[in-house]
Amino acid sequence: MNIETMVHNANQIAAFFEAWPEEEAAAAVEDHLRKFWEPRMRTQILEYAKQGGTGLSRLASAGISRLMPA
Amino acid sequence: MNCANNIVLEIDGRPVSVPCGTSVLTAAAQLGVNIPKLCVTESLKAFGSCRLCLVEIEGRRGTPASCTTPAEAGMKVTTQSPRLAKLRRGTMELYISDHPLDCLTCATNGDCELQEMAGVVGLREVRYGHAGRNHLQAAKDESNPYFTFDPAKCIVCSRCVRACEEVQGTFALTIEGRGFASKVAAGSSSFLDSECVSCGACVQVCPTATLVEKTVIEHGQPERSVLTTCAYCGVGCTFEAELQGNEVVRMTPWADGKANHGHSCVKGRFAWGYATHKERILKPMIRARITDPWREVTWAEAIGHAAAEFRRLQASYGKGSIGGITSSRCTNEETYLVQKMIRAAFGNNNVDTCARVCHSPTGYGLRTAFGTSAGTQDFDSVDEADVVMVIGANPTDAHPVFASRLKRRLRSGAKLIVIDPRRIDLVESPHVKAAYHLPLRPGTNVAVINALAHVVVTEGLLNDAYVSERCELPGFERWSSFVAEERNSPEATEHLTGVAAADLRAAARLYAKGPNSAIYYGLGVTEHSQGSTMVMGMANLAMATGNLGRAGVGVNPLRGQNNVQGACDMGSFPHEFSGYRHVSDDPTRRLFEEAWQVPLLNEPGLRIPNMLDAALDGTFRGIYIEGEDIAQSDPNTKHVTAALAAMECVVVQDLFLNETASFAHVFLPGCSFLEKDGTFTNAERRIGRVRKAMPPKNGMADWEITMALSEALGYPMHYAHPSEIMDEIARLTPTFAGVSYEKLDRLGSVQWPCNDKAPEGTPVMHVGGVARGKGRFMITEFVPTEERTTPRFPLLLTTGRILSQYNVGAQTRRTSNVVWHEEDLLEIHPHDAEYRGIEDGDLVALMSRAGETTLRAHLTERMQPGVVYTTFHHPESGANVVTTEFTDWATDCPEYKVTAVEIRKTSRPSDWQQRYAETRAETTLVGQDPGARRVSP
Repeated sequence: MNIETMVHNANQIAAFFEAWPEEEAAAAVEDHLRKFWEPRMRTQILEYAKQGGTGLSRLASAGISRLMPA
Repeated sequence: MNCANNIVLEIDGRPVSVPCGTSVLTAAAQLGVNIPKLCVTESLKAFGSCRLCLVEIEGRRGTPASCTTPAEAGMKVTTQSPRLAKLRRGTMELYISDHPLDCLTCATNGDCELQEMAGVVGLREVRYGHAGRNHLQAAKDESNPYFTFDPAKCIVCSRCVRACEEVQGTFALTIEGRGFASKVAAGSSSFLDSECVSCGACVQVCPTATLVEKTVIEHGQPERSVLTTCAYCGVGCTFEAELQGNEVVRMTPWADGKANHGHSCVKGRFAWGYATHKERILKPMIRARITDPWREVTWAEAIGHAAAEFRRLQASYGKGSIGGITSSRCTNEETYLVQKMIRAAFGNNNVDTCARVCHSPTGYGLRTAFGTSAGTQDFDSVDEADVVMVIGANPTDAHPVFASRLKRRLRSGAKLIVIDPRRIDLVESPHVKAAYHLPLRPGTNVAVINALAHVVVTEGLLNDAYVSERCELPGFERWSSFVAEERNSPEATEHLTGVAAADLRAAARLYAKGPNSAIYYGLGVTEHSQGSTMVMGMANLAMATGNLGRAGVGVNPLRGQNNVQGACDMGSFPHEFSGYRHVSDDPTRRLFEEAWQVPLLNEPGLRIPNMLDAALDGTFRGIYIEGEDIAQSDPNTKHVTAALAAMECVVVQDLFLNETASFAHVFLPGCSFLEKDGTFTNAERRIGRVRKAMPPKNGMADWEITMALSEALGYPMHYAHPSEIMDEIARLTPTFAGVSYEKLDRLGSVQWPCNDKAPEGTPVMHVGGVARGKGRFMITEFVPTEERTTPRFPLLLTTGRILSQYNVGAQTRRTSNVVWHEEDLLEIHPHDAEYRGIEDGDLVALMSRAGETTLRAHLTERMQPGVVYTTFHHPESGANVVTTEFTDWATDCPEYKVTAVEIRKTSRPSDWQQRYAETRAETTLVGQDPGARRVSP
């Protein structure tokens, strides 16, 4: 999947939750990605984030990092 | 008259009790006494002009018209007497003396109230011959494609004029002249050139053959009828399909239809001829490559080929390499089957629906705020509204029957606020004028809704009792602090939105003070990068002012297509089962696994944009598309068609070789709504029956096609009739638990939730409390779209619809509706046009960073400077060649409403348009030379 599109979408999602308290916002981003992103997309964005995640907003990165398997 | 109880009067010596205010005519009808009449009809206010319904009332002089005389307690009425009979015969004699005596060859012979009344009053002779002055040579107006106006047969009863005013609210007709010269006139020279919107209300009420459908003139009167639901917009009007054999002669709006109450628009009433259009495909076809001609094959071969290809792709590229798209044009049962097949037979959750590109933000936003993904009211609710706020919707074009209802309410005193970049017809039309029009800049909806909320919160206009009783308070506190910030004030946001702060403040006060204020909205809300945010913003505003949970208020999406609501309800989205339950919810998933006897995935599948992206990177290879035309309707056409071209197996099930079919390998011919059994769910959650008026012309119902494909994939389904599919939906979906065909036939329709708590459905939701328990306020920070004007693209394009055409136009373009809209036009403000040397009618190149197309310019001050507008009804227009890939943050609904563009005068079609013409020529051939034929333009 086009990573630029995914980064853009992840940042959009994060922007909505930006006004929330930090921890709550990161959890909301994670929840949104889990509910609506197909697993391949989650895997891809997570891999991208692990490699530096250029272009991802701070909150998007925080939410994505929570997708990491425990 | 002010009285609470029934009154008793005596008619022809028999007592009758009627509510106060009832006319004598109606009171008599209650006793089974049918007083002769011509100018009065149920759908219109009494008029008292025809002088047929005269009665005698004891103690009163003269013979008053019973239709305009209110019944009074103790009144003694006589409906038949020698004097009355003589008067009525005399009146009829005058009518007939100026009426052609061609009953035997008249189109309405046997279905003519004038003819019937002549019989009822016992007219036996006409003493005044046709030698005197008359109107018998008056010219017939045949300009309208669907009906004729023959003034020679007109009795000037004014029913048509009154229907145009009272029912439709267009005021296109009038009585011109006085006395003998008085005649019905459509304003200008002909019906076609007039303001008439061809809703058919005048034809419906005409008591003679003055206004009559051309199909009735051509074919004669129908011999049977079937009650069904219109397949156009989300109003979901009930119609009687009237037929001769299996040929439709007329579609008549059903007076008892709960969504339309006997009214219709030009599409539902007249534009059904596409069902028998010569371009309709009736045989299955396959081809190896999209550049090959189509080869007609048997159903078995087509289905077998599609199934084999899908299995081959899954074997080569993985289970998730294929998916499917359902359509809002399909019935609930068809949609349910498609998602079932994809989840159970494909073994993945890659199913999506065209609601993705229209109202998916409605589902997300209203579910977040209220707990249900649906509008809150029934259409009748608008009658109780004191203030109506229409946001990003153009009901007179896109939801005409609801618009007529709304206009009636506005004419009787409700106030209107319009929030729209364009000056839509509702802003000012005959006898309707918006109190406020907030002409916002496209893309600034959220800033406007926040500013409205700012006024409510900071000016003490909150409904504290509602909020404290029915909403989550921590969320409310957070939200109210947020919107109260000065940066959200009308004054602070004026430079962003373009809306005058004073107007916005006044509109906010008007809405907040109601007392009943209702929001109606359309795709101008949802098709933005902040579509879901805006839906939540409207929900916030409704809760903050207590405008939820009773008649006259609410947040109401006007759904674009007939079954948008139903397609969403049926589990068409990749992340949820029917009834909006997430696939990861274990108890729900187990319920479906048990019912369907197959393990189901607990992870969301791909959305349409994801499928297209995945196709371009090679991981998504096959798709089944029922009733949807993504190559025309979805944004960034070049991206969509490249993705389709990259797939190895595209299966399209449709009536016509639509634009998507140009990229298909298998074509499965589908059925029109006239050939279907099933249900549609309209914008007010009303589930209405679609009844088969004729057998499928293609030989197979759509649900049977899906079943056959599923069986060929190794997952047989066993339904004998769509009613059994609905029974399964009811078993598995709590909000549909009480729905059955038996109940729908008995009640006419029901609105979900329909279950043990509400066995006959739920007209208004959230009564006594919000469905999710407590209403949830969400912070709706305005995030400007990234699609911004630049020196290279200094204008904003917004797209939409017009009255005579429907969506991608596949149906309406194949009807006479094209007389009103032969091509998509680019609306431009005169200032923007003048600056670029563009004149009305010029060809104009419309360019964005996504692509370029050529359209004809239409200069209009309806647009605000800096904003241009077009429709997407004609594929060769390429409106979506220009729109971009930006989408709503939550749902991926495309941002159709904001594209930065530039325009310039041109003399030729764009490169894309030239390639398009070549591609269509190459991809719509059926059969090998020399017998090959093109089956689509």
